[in-house]
Amino acid sequence: MSRRTDSVGHLWLHLFLLVMVVITVYPILWVLSVAFSGGQSLAFADLPPDPGVLDRLRAIVPWPEQLTWSNFSDVFSQQPFGRWLLNSTIVAGATTLCGVFLASTAGYAFSRFKFPGRRAGMMGFLVSQMFPGTLTLVPLYIIIVVWLELGSNFLGLILLYSTTAIPFCVWMLKGYFDTIPIELEESAKMDGASALTIFYRIILPLSKPAIAVTALFSFMTAWNEFVLALTIMDQEIMYTAPVGLRFFVGGYAEQQWGYFAAGSIVAALPVMILFLILQRYLISGLTAGAVKG
Amino acid sequence: MAQVVLQGVKKCYDDVEVIERLDLEIREGEFMVLVGPSGCGKSTALRMIAGLEEITAGEIVIGDRVVNELHPKDRDIAMVFQSYALYPHMTVRENMDFGLRIQKMDRAEIDRRVNDAARILGIEEYLDRRPRQLSGGQRQRVAVGRAIVRQPSVFLFDEPLSNLDAKLRVQMRAEITGLQRRLGTTTVYVTHDQVEAMTMGHRIAVLKDGDLQQVGTPLELYESPANLFVARFIGTPPMNFLPGRVAGDGAQIVSEDYGFDLPAPLRAAVRGRDGAEVLVGVRPENLRGDRREGVGATTTLRFQVTLLETLGHEVQAHGRLAGHELVAKFQPHNTPEIDSEVELHLELDHLHLFDAATELRLSEGE
Repeated sequence: MSRRTDSVGHLWLHLFLLVMVVITVYPILWVLSVAFSGGQSLAFADLPPDPGVLDRLRAIVPWPEQLTWSNFSDVFSQQPFGRWLLNSTIVAGATTLCGVFLASTAGYAFSRFKFPGRRAGMMGFLVSQMFPGTLTLVPLYIIIVVWLELGSNFLGLILLYSTTAIPFCVWMLKGYFDTIPIELEESAKMDGASALTIFYRIILPLSKPAIAVTALFSFMTAWNEFVLALTIMDQEIMYTAPVGLRFFVGGYAEQQWGYFAAGSIVAALPVMILFLILQRYLISGLTAGAVKG
Repeated sequence: MAQVVLQGVKKCYDDVEVIERLDLEIREGEFMVLVGPSGCGKSTALRMIAGLEEITAGEIVIGDRVVNELHPKDRDIAMVFQSYALYPHMTVRENMDFGLRIQKMDRAEIDRRVNDAARILGIEEYLDRRPRQLSGGQRQRVAVGRAIVRQPSVFLFDEPLSNLDAKLRVQMRAEITGLQRRLGTTTVYVTHDQVEAMTMGHRIAVLKDGDLQQVGTPLELYESPANLFVARFIGTPPMNFLPGRVAGDGAQIVSEDYGFDLPAPLRAAVRGRDGAEVLVGVRPENLRGDRREGVGATTTLRFQVTLLETLGHEVQAHGRLAGHELVAKFQPHNTPEIDSEVELHLELDHLHLFDAATELRLSEGE
């Protein structure tokens, strides 16, 4: 009896989940479909003048009329998308390196050392996270483009992205460093290790999960960012991928949804790959066995 | 090997004085145990010797060098932490040779030392494992191994056995003592467990609230505790205390409910102090249900039994004597009924006298 009510309950649950899956996956399938259609239209199929039920159904099934790679090859050959991807890679890569390096050293200092301004520094980082990015858009433009003359320059964007990513990364890493038992460092100190050795050979290896998260966050911040890049980079050759994508659609020219979809998929791949690579570090428990337990 | 001397060592955290003044001399090759309840400053003292805490005032000498300003690595010491503090991302071998690799020691020498230490401690087969794959006792051995491969002149142990279960603790206790005897390295060992202190140390330093109460061999502490605190702290079950007054020119102790004559050596300690309030200390093994031969004079006291604890070789009886809680010992097959009143034999030659006001031991010649 109870088993039957259970399976009936499960049926509804599964139906509900199925609907949710469709809602979640549909836009992605749409993009895939447009990208592989070879055309530039958002529609899956052209409706005849007097559409029947089947025609209408066909029009909402996210499957292109023909499958072709042409949008993918064209987005690289007809458009400078390859260059934009390279720009994004340079900016995001440098932001990640800069973010992880500065955030790990700063986070370690905040976690382990007592110094004047420690609390104020941490609070400052926190407060800086509370303002929406657009609020600082104009001042940042003035600082980067007018004062530092770093408009359409990688350095300007790297600087901007790093300052955005670092506060979060510092908090994240500081929190993680706090969980590493101080005895490990004391023990290393007794073993004759210098502060730098302790940091590089004890703390950093133990912080791999946190560093992976930080690196991923830094990379994604820089890779996906649009507004700042659009503001700073005004030469087409210096566009990052998100900025470049935007110019396929909108405006008064022909809407190139095919390029847009293909470009989006290509741009999403690095983050997905990064996720897969870092996945094994995104599990905690690396400090198990350090101290009693 | 080296001696360790603490001279007028003081430690304050901000305004809080943890150790007021500590003078302690640890001889070359000696196994010195610092013991006391938590918060007594014993770990702080050890960490100051290690160089992990700064010294507010005073001097610490290791060997013939004042080490106040020396970095821990330059003090020629090795420490075993309560939590073992093994590096979780390194194998046992890497854990043990980390310090040697930092010193850029010759690889062959490193391997020789690690293999030697692993053999002594019986952890050879675990050398390629990581700490999380080891049991508590094995981790403990690795932590000790990491200390001995350095071949330091002083070992520091900070409550190394407190995370182990009772049986393993007894075993490791013997292993560490054996190891120390074999290596002959000066050792400072911190514990809150007086049994560990008694069984392991050549000498014991008892601390309370940052003050050194007494330093001596286990037997000295047991037989002549310098004050009430040491008397209570050392020995299980702890010493019993009965208040009383000196009478008869130091010949007697009297109270409203009991009174007895003092043996000659104790008379000397309280002569001329008639009327002084004292506490009479007696260990449970000297307050017995049976009358033993060859223990000198005894007197009998009435005792109301409230609880019996059978240990096999003896029975510990908890009860009251004129309102004072006491513990006495009985032979296993001759035990009283609970709630009954029985006679106890107080072995007078083994009494301890303490001044009720100063809590100091009263002994001959003071």
